[in-house]
Amino acid sequence: MSARAEILGRVRAALGDVPAAETPGDVAVDRPGPVPTTAAHVELFAERVADYQATVVRCTAPELGERLAEALRGLRVVVPPGLDPALVPDGALVDGATGVPAEDTTGAARGVLTAADLDAVDAVLTTAALGIAETGTIVLDHGAGQGRRALTLVPDTHVCVVRTAQVVADVPAAVAALDPTRPLTWISGPSATSDIELDRVEGVHGPRTLVVLLVD
Amino acid sequence: MSATFLGTPAFPTAARAALADTQLRRNLAHATGTIRGKRAAVVGEVAEWERLRLAGAALKDRTLRHLDTYLEQLEESLTRAGATVHWARDAAEANRVVADVAKAHGTDEVVKVKSMATAEIGLNEALAAEGITAWETDLAELIVQLGDDLPSHILVPAIHRNRSEVREIFLREMGRHGRPAPADLTDAPVELAAAARAHLREKFLRAKVAVSGANFAVAETGTLAVVESEGNGRMCLTLPEVLVSVVGIEKLVPTWADLDVFLQLLPRSSTGERMNPYTSTWTGVTPGDGPQEVHVVLLDNGRTNVLADEVGRQALRCIRCSACLNVCPVYERTGGHSYGSVYPGPIGAILTPMLRGVGADAQVDSLPYASSLCGACFEACPVRIDIPEVLVHLRSQVVDSHRGRPSVVGAAMKAASWTLSDARRTAAAERLSGVAGRVLDRVGRRAPGGRAVLGALPNPWSDARDTPAPAPESFRAWWARTDGGRS
Repeated sequence: MSARAEILGRVRAALGDVPAAETPGDVAVDRPGPVPTTAAHVELFAERVADYQATVVRCTAPELGERLAEALRGLRVVVPPGLDPALVPDGALVDGATGVPAEDTTGAARGVLTAADLDAVDAVLTTAALGIAETGTIVLDHGAGQGRRALTLVPDTHVCVVRTAQVVADVPAAVAALDPTRPLTWISGPSATSDIELDRVEGVHGPRTLVVLLVD
Repeated sequence: MSATFLGTPAFPTAARAALADTQLRRNLAHATGTIRGKRAAVVGEVAEWERLRLAGAALKDRTLRHLDTYLEQLEESLTRAGATVHWARDAAEANRVVADVAKAHGTDEVVKVKSMATAEIGLNEALAAEGITAWETDLAELIVQLGDDLPSHILVPAIHRNRSEVREIFLREMGRHGRPAPADLTDAPVELAAAARAHLREKFLRAKVAVSGANFAVAETGTLAVVESEGNGRMCLTLPEVLVSVVGIEKLVPTWADLDVFLQLLPRSSTGERMNPYTSTWTGVTPGDGPQEVHVVLLDNGRTNVLADEVGRQALRCIRCSACLNVCPVYERTGGHSYGSVYPGPIGAILTPMLRGVGADAQVDSLPYASSLCGACFEACPVRIDIPEVLVHLRSQVVDSHRGRPSVVGAAMKAASWTLSDARRTAAAERLSGVAGRVLDRVGRRAPGGRAVLGALPNPWSDARDTPAPAPESFRAWWARTDGGRS
């Protein structure tokens, strides 16, 4: 008998006490209801992101360019394909879309960036899919402007632009808005560990510096 | 079969040795006390916490009661998304799949995300036997691996090590397996973490094959989720070409929407945070992003035994948060090694006997007794596993498995039953005990407060308790003498 058949057989035999007529929906589940997103949630989001030792910069849309330049000053930057051209700093490397080699901002082809190439870059700039106020989380769905997952993992600084309109109240609202068929990365502060004597230390793998630009 | 730490004696013996280790007790008291405080604070923020717990328990019960349906649905969605699904009846089969994948890619090393399931099946040892090195990338698992040690906690496996021990391990061992630790390494946790980052980075960047577990597997969509803090999960899940995920069949949840309940319950219960630093979800293969060859191994390894036990089945709700360990007064004092398994603490005391079977191994049989039944674990459990109920249920199974074998307790119960089943024998026994009571009343020991007590008796129960002396006159005799207290 195949492993599959045997395991399913054992599962069915184990569930002999479950009435044959019972469907999964018959098992009642009562969950807290949805919480509507309000303006106060933007404040909460900024507060909770800062709680994780990430840097939060609030600005209006016209100020964004200047704030970005400040955040990225002196750093070698990589950006994902599909990022709003107005946000792309001079001299930044642009990661290739699937199957397309990377280019720099002069349009010269640079080849597909390997993990080692990304290791040599200081910072990555992306947008996000949404922000979660209750937990201070930003979620990337790795679509246009966010890049493939390695892009936001290897460089040591991640600068993320989140529009206030993208902030939702809580985790259920986020899950409802996200597409599970896309790879998703939920980010709540820089990487950390408490494995040694429970003493929390920031920055193990993954970007040690996280800067969130919250734009109206 | 689940990996047990070979040679661990039965719990009372192991615990006695652990209790003598004052450094361990200090580490654990500090660690568990800190996490308890953090957990209480963030759980206190959630007004509907109890409702969430009930929802989490109900969702898991819904999944478990229809697990065959959901497993088939998961297989279908995974396959549709480009993943290859394997089924493993036991540890050997699961290890075989991982080894074969590594060999098919001509590699002799894999990088691993922390996974209890892979620890349970002894994956690292099985791969080593095939000439394949498995590099642990979670900091605590790295400490345990380099120190050739055993994990002692579900969430912080190296909690039994203090910083100077970690420094020594890094200095001694890192150079033998890759980039050495800096010679001037101090024992400051921030430097130790930096040394781990440097040592592991080269492995992440060159590895072809990664092995992970999964915290959750969504049947509806084929999505897997890994919840972590350090970023090593993200490294393993996205840099290598090939990913093999070993997933216990109890890790399923029905739909994507259902995941939000668990993403709220898990971080607050485990690390005491509103949300852990990184959660990664992925569905099969995404062209141009991450591994282009994805395998999922669905693991039984005794879980169907647990499923078949109507009382014990609830243990499969476990989301491996370790909240029960952190509140357990027994675990806090004895640490994880005393339980002799990768699953220590209250959840380990019920899961290990059910996965491995009761009645065959004295060490396993001792685990349901590793508890004072205080119930703190049940209160802390985010999916409301009634651990005390299952502990008592398993104790009766242990006793039943020994029935028919001669024992002192059995003989004493038989004698008592013979005496008490007959009125004259009972009366005679009471007269005798009354005589003894009157003698002891005059010449026997007194406990503080004046009560007459017996001296040391040859059984462990009276090691820590005073056995009261029998009454000088039995109640029935007093009733008869005083006409029901009227004279």
